[in-house]
Amino acid sequence: MLDDFMIRAGLAALGTALAAGPLGCFVVWRRMAYFGDATSHAAILGVALALGQGLAVFPGVLGTALAMALAVHALSGRGLAHDTVLGVLSHGALAAGLVAVALTGGVRVDLELYLFGDVLTVTRGDLAWIWGGAALVVGVLVWRWRRLLTATLSPDLAHASGIAPRREALVLTLLLSAVVAVAIKVVGALLITALLVIPAAAARGAARTPETMALLALAAAAVSALGGVQVALWLDTPVGPSIVCVAVMLFAGSLPLRVLGAARG
Amino acid sequence: MTPLIEAKGLEFGPKAAPVLRDVSLRVDPGEIVTLVGPNGSGKSTLLRLMIGALAPRRGTVRRARGLRIGYVPQSLVLDPSLPITVRRFLDLPHRVGDAEAEAALAQSGADGIAHKQMAALSGGQFQRVLLARAVLNQPQLLILDEPTQGLDQPGQAAFYRRIAALRREMGCAVLMVSHELHVVMSASDRVICLNGHVCCEGTPEVVSAAPAYRELFGTGTGGQLALYRHEHDHAHEGGGAAHHHHHHHHAEG
Repeated sequence: MLDDFMIRAGLAALGTALAAGPLGCFVVWRRMAYFGDATSHAAILGVALALGQGLAVFPGVLGTALAMALAVHALSGRGLAHDTVLGVLSHGALAAGLVAVALTGGVRVDLELYLFGDVLTVTRGDLAWIWGGAALVVGVLVWRWRRLLTATLSPDLAHASGIAPRREALVLTLLLSAVVAVAIKVVGALLITALLVIPAAAARGAARTPETMALLALAAAAVSALGGVQVALWLDTPVGPSIVCVAVMLFAGSLPLRVLGAARG
Repeated sequence: MTPLIEAKGLEFGPKAAPVLRDVSLRVDPGEIVTLVGPNGSGKSTLLRLMIGALAPRRGTVRRARGLRIGYVPQSLVLDPSLPITVRRFLDLPHRVGDAEAEAALAQSGADGIAHKQMAALSGGQFQRVLLARAVLNQPQLLILDEPTQGLDQPGQAAFYRRIAALRREMGCAVLMVSHELHVVMSASDRVICLNGHVCCEGTPEVVSAAPAYRELFGTGTGGQLALYRHEHDHAHEGGGAAHHHHHHHHAEG
């Protein structure tokens, strides 16, 4: 069954959605969108380094994303993670990655594949990475859900309950780099943040509790992922942008719900 | 008696202009301790040091092992992107049963709003929900930072009656910041007057008579404070200099 590239593509997209939907809620609640950009852009640098050294791409992506995420986490602890610093890191990592890819010379790298994703080229090995990473992300989210939520709601309330908000922020940071590694082949480095933020934003309108918002975001991400793969096949468009377009349409469709929700109070 | 929480020699803020210096404070089981002091005197900072949200530049905060704290912050702004009902808010970080949640809401004067969105609450309702959450999970110590802001006068009086009732029913200690001097003076076992340092502390009677306290609040603070006014003439304390004196009037027992 896994021999069919369509089935592999669908499974890869689903696995990515599984992780990105719920984690995306935290990205929205904590306003970490720029943080997500910096981490995912660093992945391009990881691609270049991995290919330059003749290594597998996934560990390279995970490594650089992790390094960037930890750097931003450390900066945020010193009150430095403002838009400007994150902007410098985010675009600096992207530019350095693009330059590094060019410098690797001999190896012909299909850069588009990592910038915009190409889920149709996903192999069985890739699938193992994607589903392993997604299971890890979901598992940790479920395990620490109340702690993560309390720390997100109010760091002071967390402290009073004996929860260290910085530690929970670090957990989310690590999960974010895992999602980047999972999603890079599906939506590409440029649009990973979109897959985190847009399904969560679409889920906000109909949700009355954090848990329903996470589940709705998961559903929205899954519909976007599978729908995007379909659209890409029909119209022969790049997969990553197609997935994001479907997600944006879901978001637009959710706006009336949001207005209703506001009226209902 | 082993203190529930004890701070020793706390110093916080830049060395040149510390927000707090040489502040020591202990709360014993079952007592109600109130911090009073002018704006910017470091009251909220001290409470946040006590819960560990801030780290002191010098000094230590020691909690009793496994201390359960119920905390009501001075202000809490919830991000509107996070939908949450009152009922689910009470589940953080420890899940509680429905009956328990209803009881806590009723005890705090916030019954019947469990299904509402936190974002849709009025200021007074929000404050009561925060208190309801704080009294769940059998706290040994309630730390309340200006818990009655947003409540009208009858609401404030009712709030302090509930605090006293909670102490009777659950035996928990209370450490709070308050501006309602007349209520503070009638509802506290011990009052600590803070202005960057501990100006004076002791029973309400002792503190309201202390020259340092009068320096900060004047003698005409009105309300029930007058009940405690022992009209000592403290002119001999030497005017402004009295402000810097440390008066350690400890409560008996």
